[in-house]
Amino acid sequence: MTSSNPIISIQSVGKSYGSFRAIKEISLDIEHGEFFSLLGASGCGKTTLLRMLAGFEDVTDGAVLIDGEDMTGVPPFLRPVNMVFQSYAIFPHLNVTDNIGYGLRKQKLPKAQRQEMIDEMLSLVQLDGYGARRANQLSGGQRQRIALARALIMKPKVLLLDEPLGALDKHLREQMQLELRRLQQALGITFVFVTHDQEEALTLSDRIAVMSGGAVLQVDTPAGLYEHPRTREVASFIGHMNFLEARVTGRKNGHATLDVAGLGTLDVPANGAALSTGDRTSIAVRPEKLRLHHSAPENGQRAVQGALKMTTYLGERSHFHVEVPGCDRPLAVSASNATLQDGRANAIGQPVWLTWAADSLIMMNDT
Amino acid sequence: MRSGSYITRPNRTLQIYACVFLVVLYVPVLFIPLFSFNDSIYVRFPLQGFTTNWYVDLMGRDAVWDAMWNSVRVGVCVAVISTVLGVLTARAITRNRIPGQNAVVAFVMLPLVIPGIIFGVALLVLLSRLGIPLSLYTVALGHLIVCMPFSVATLLPRFEGMDGSMEEASADLGENGWWTFWRVTFPIVLPGIVASLLLTFIVSFDEFIMAFFLSSTETTLPIYIWSQLRFPREFPSVLALSSIILTVSFVLVFIALWIGRTGLIEKDHPRPPEAPKS
Ligand SMILES: Nc1ncnc2c1ncn2[C@@H]1O[C@H](COP(=O)(O)OP(=O)(O)OP(=O)(O)O)[C@@H](O)[C@H]1O
Ligand SMILES: [Mg+2]
Repeated sequence: MTSSNPIISIQSVGKSYGSFRAIKEISLDIEHGEFFSLLGASGCGKTTLLRMLAGFEDVTDGAVLIDGEDMTGVPPFLRPVNMVFQSYAIFPHLNVTDNIGYGLRKQKLPKAQRQEMIDEMLSLVQLDGYGARRANQLSGGQRQRIALARALIMKPKVLLLDEPLGALDKHLREQMQLELRRLQQALGITFVFVTHDQEEALTLSDRIAVMSGGAVLQVDTPAGLYEHPRTREVASFIGHMNFLEARVTGRKNGHATLDVAGLGTLDVPANGAALSTGDRTSIAVRPEKLRLHHSAPENGQRAVQGALKMTTYLGERSHFHVEVPGCDRPLAVSASNATLQDGRANAIGQPVWLTWAADSLIMMNDT
Repeated sequence: MRSGSYITRPNRTLQIYACVFLVVLYVPVLFIPLFSFNDSIYVRFPLQGFTTNWYVDLMGRDAVWDAMWNSVRVGVCVAVISTVLGVLTARAITRNRIPGQNAVVAFVMLPLVIPGIIFGVALLVLLSRLGIPLSLYTVALGHLIVCMPFSVATLLPRFEGMDGSMEEASADLGENGWWTFWRVTFPIVLPGIVASLLLTFIVSFDEFIMAFFLSSTETTLPIYIWSQLRFPREFPSVLALSSIILTVSFVLVFIALWIGRTGLIEKDHPRPPEAPKS
């Protein structure tokens, strides 16, 4: 996914606070019109990276290019990007109209045209008629929209959003997610979106950069991250995952032969892993990719036998823990209740068989 | 009848304590206006009868008006300068990560606890060493030292209460530091600035010790009052003048505190969404 002119090019960027490395050499390209998310646990450096794009933090090493221009030393007020702050930062002394029109001063527009632009923004964020309100007369969701409108009226090349939905309740958050996506698609502006909520990132993004400890672990599409996480950290950060210990016993063009604890010898795609014969690694498999059978499958399909340890009924789905000889931990299995063969026969200790599709086993690049 | 939450429920003991405290603090002061309307040059009971002569007499004296005018000029200059310096100090303390921040705050607040006489004498020695003649300017200089803590103490909570991302949002929307200050910082801290102006004006207006050491022949009002205390016949006029100053000070301080608190108490909590009016 690299083109010749990314809108944002982060080139070996590092950031130190004294002796503390908050960002360790990140290189990333973000394309025009992309909804790009920075996803990671608290303290991994998402905000720091975003603030470096906006110009609020100096870059210690490397450089940030926006639309091909080196931004080193360019102050925030001269950058073609705008930001939606986590606290929204709505100016308390101005009403909604003046908040949204704040950035228009330099354009010296006639009053009518200015008002027209503001009204257009108000209807874009579905707050027509709220122009005369003051900041303290708005709900959290409304402030959020004002903050969006105030940034979007500047027609930025990139909109930076720092956990903009963090302060909203679940219902409002889902509503705003849809709205953000709609706005981004309607306007075609590149969004760089910070979140620690993996579901939110998966729902909204074109691509996601998973961050940890100031570094980017993997950049991929939501499906790519979900289906082909490259390291255990990424795999366990997004969704649920079973990990099985494995040892590489052979390699041939893009595939690896592994000796997997509990499953035996298997041939899997190498998933970009640069491991050679004898290396220890692990295999990841999603709970919903394992299929549960109450009798040995007859069609000669590869299966392992185990014992049912626990079942949890969740209405639409059921979760099972299956103890497989050779695995140090029971395997989590998730199945839709609509497809379960026999819902009543799930007694604890009962022997069950697990099968899997060949492409559901993911080889990790680390142990 | 119970009203309010646990925290805001009236507390009888505390109320009595507060009343006793206020009485002890202010009853002696109330004798001043009381005797300023007393038709006798002796300050003693029983009261002799009501008169406004002392006030009328006061209005007819040029020296009072001169001293008043001097005090106002010094007060206005000191209020403006100390508030400007206070804004810069408070802004530097809250926005920039400066090493030894607490030490800076303590240093600025020091004149509150150091006896004025020490500062007065020190400044007097310094100025005479430098060969600078005493004037209203030197009085203003002394007052500046006295007023800075009041200015900073009034402005600091304003700046601290202001979300730092406000200024960042302004920069993000294309305004440089200068415009950001005038369009965002200044309006948000404006109540604090007004409060600081009023408070520092009145502190300077009422200040005696610095003015005593640092003034020349042009005196401020407190110095004038002090000079009149030597003449027993003038005492009722002094009481009248003191009553006026007392009233003005009280009103200004009250306004200053009131303005300084607006917006600090009513924090902008998000309201639940309602339908737009139009
Ligand atoms: N001004 C600073 N001085 C020193 N360390 C800082 C500073 N700002 C951030 N850090 C450190 O840098 C790291 C990254 O911080 P950052 O705010 O970018 O995290 P984040 O990923 O946004 O976390 P969260 O999800 O909690 O917002 C943290 O360990 C933090 O303690
Ligand atoms: Mg953050």
